[in-house]
Amino acid sequence: MLPWLTPTLQDLLIEAAWQTAIMVGGAAAVSLLVGLPIALLLHVTATDGLSPRPVLNRPLGLIVNAVRSTPFIILMVAIVPFTRLVAGTSIGTGAAIVPLALAATAFIARLFENALREVDRGVIEAARAMGATRTQIVLKVLVPEAMPGLIAAVTVTLVSLVGYSAMAGAVGGGGLGDLGIRFGYQRFMPEVMATVVVLLILLVQALQSLGDRLVRRATHR
Amino acid sequence: MPRDAAAEPGQAAGLRPPAVRLQNLSKRFPGALKPALDDVSLEVAPGEVFGIVGRSGAGKSTLIRCVNLLERPDAGSVEVEGTLLTGLDEAGLRAARRRIGMVFQHFNLLSSRTVAENIAFPLEIAGVPRAARRTRVEELLPLVGLAEKRDAYPAQLSGGQKQRVGIARALASAPGLLLCDEATSALDPETTTEILALLGDLRTRLNLTILLITHEMAVVKTLCDRVAVLEAGRVIEQGRVFDVFTDPQAPTTRRFVAEVIGTAVPAATLAALPAPNAGETRRLLRVLFTGTAATRAVVSEASRRFGIDLNIVSGRIDAIGDAPFGILALAAYGAPGAVEGAAAWMRGLGLHVGDLAAEEA
Repeated sequence: MLPWLTPTLQDLLIEAAWQTAIMVGGAAAVSLLVGLPIALLLHVTATDGLSPRPVLNRPLGLIVNAVRSTPFIILMVAIVPFTRLVAGTSIGTGAAIVPLALAATAFIARLFENALREVDRGVIEAARAMGATRTQIVLKVLVPEAMPGLIAAVTVTLVSLVGYSAMAGAVGGGGLGDLGIRFGYQRFMPEVMATVVVLLILLVQALQSLGDRLVRRATHR
Repeated sequence: MPRDAAAEPGQAAGLRPPAVRLQNLSKRFPGALKPALDDVSLEVAPGEVFGIVGRSGAGKSTLIRCVNLLERPDAGSVEVEGTLLTGLDEAGLRAARRRIGMVFQHFNLLSSRTVAENIAFPLEIAGVPRAARRTRVEELLPLVGLAEKRDAYPAQLSGGQKQRVGIARALASAPGLLLCDEATSALDPETTTEILALLGDLRTRLNLTILLITHEMAVVKTLCDRVAVLEAGRVIEQGRVFDVFTDPQAPTTRRFVAEVIGTAVPAATLAALPAPNAGETRRLLRVLFTGTAATRAVVSEASRRFGIDLNIVSGRIDAIGDAPFGILALAAYGAPGAVEGAAAWMRGLGLHVGDLAAEEA
């Protein structure tokens, strides 16, 4: 069907897709686990939050912004010592997860924070009037009420990670994007480039539809 | 007339502490020129429905939010059912809040939870076991007429239904005191009537004390026993609803009262009244009939006794709670002394006689 799709190339594509999945999945998992607490901390300690702590809020916000504003390709090489500390090496698919997770965490933390800010203040006030503790307000009001927004944030982050992961080739991370660059561009094989691009489009589409469906299910408006 | 007597005879008797006692509450928001609350003191007796009425910005919201300390007053004390809330620590305050129900203008329901789950929410917070929560929700659903909507989400409900959920939720932990923050202000008139009827019904059934704030005098007229009028953070008038409605003192109160039991006569009507004959005088009187005086043929008797002509410009009969009253706007023609004499005679019968023109101001 596709004559240029040799068995060798097929293996390469499968391997690259797998690498992309690992990088995106790993980084997304970390960003979810670390990003949500950061977002909650940012939200709760804001001046108009449940327990305002500017001393904590401002530095934390600054760090998140710093990570967010550093171009990913620079971030990746800038944190090589840290990557080595965490992953034991600074090259390879596993090592690429470290900078991806860092960038995604900062990214998702802001998106989560926005989603939390969308929660109706009146509902929080009602919970306070019922005698809810701060922890109860966070766990039983803020997070469930923000759920559609939180899921949408995860979707956006996953899609962005697919894009970022293409740059992971710079540290030997592999993946579909890297395959496209090395074979499609550097070896003049436009059909490989096209295949990679189509695969990435399909991947992003799938992620987006899945995310949208979950958002709909979580929305009771 | 004692303006600030206890609510209903018997209700305030006994040794029960006041449901709410606010003493010298003051609050100024940072950056605000004027205080939101300026030395407000109020007492709500157990079992009464107390209304606080005022224009937007008068400080009503701040006041009711001070009762469960959602808002901290800068000065003054808040006591609810004998507990000094302003003296409690965080944990103590949370426990106290669980015994105070609150209903909100915009319902403030959790959109991610069903009706039943919303009603169960305060119980969940208080650590009530699941089975007991379910039993309580099943009791509350029919009480507010929502048994059919158990599993609906708030977005699928009408405004009135949402407020019913809000009320059931506020009552979930069987509080003695219910705070209503403009509970009907987001509803259409018909639904407002419905919700007020529900609150009135629940009040007697559950022996609730209700403290409500509103900008609608009609709400006060329908539901309240006593009312306080708030203006610029101060209580400018308070008393039994019937007294305040039939004999308002402050100009703001008069304007509020006029909204529901308007006594103002159109200027064109007044202008069309015939001028008095030479040597005679004309006075425009507003006569308020309450109680037994309403049964007497006052107009014809005054006319006969004092030899004056009384022209009825407008009149209406209304009731506050179960107490009926009537208001007449009269144009009185006659010798100056005779008109004054008739007014004095009517006052002697227990009628409230005032100047109609002054009422209009």
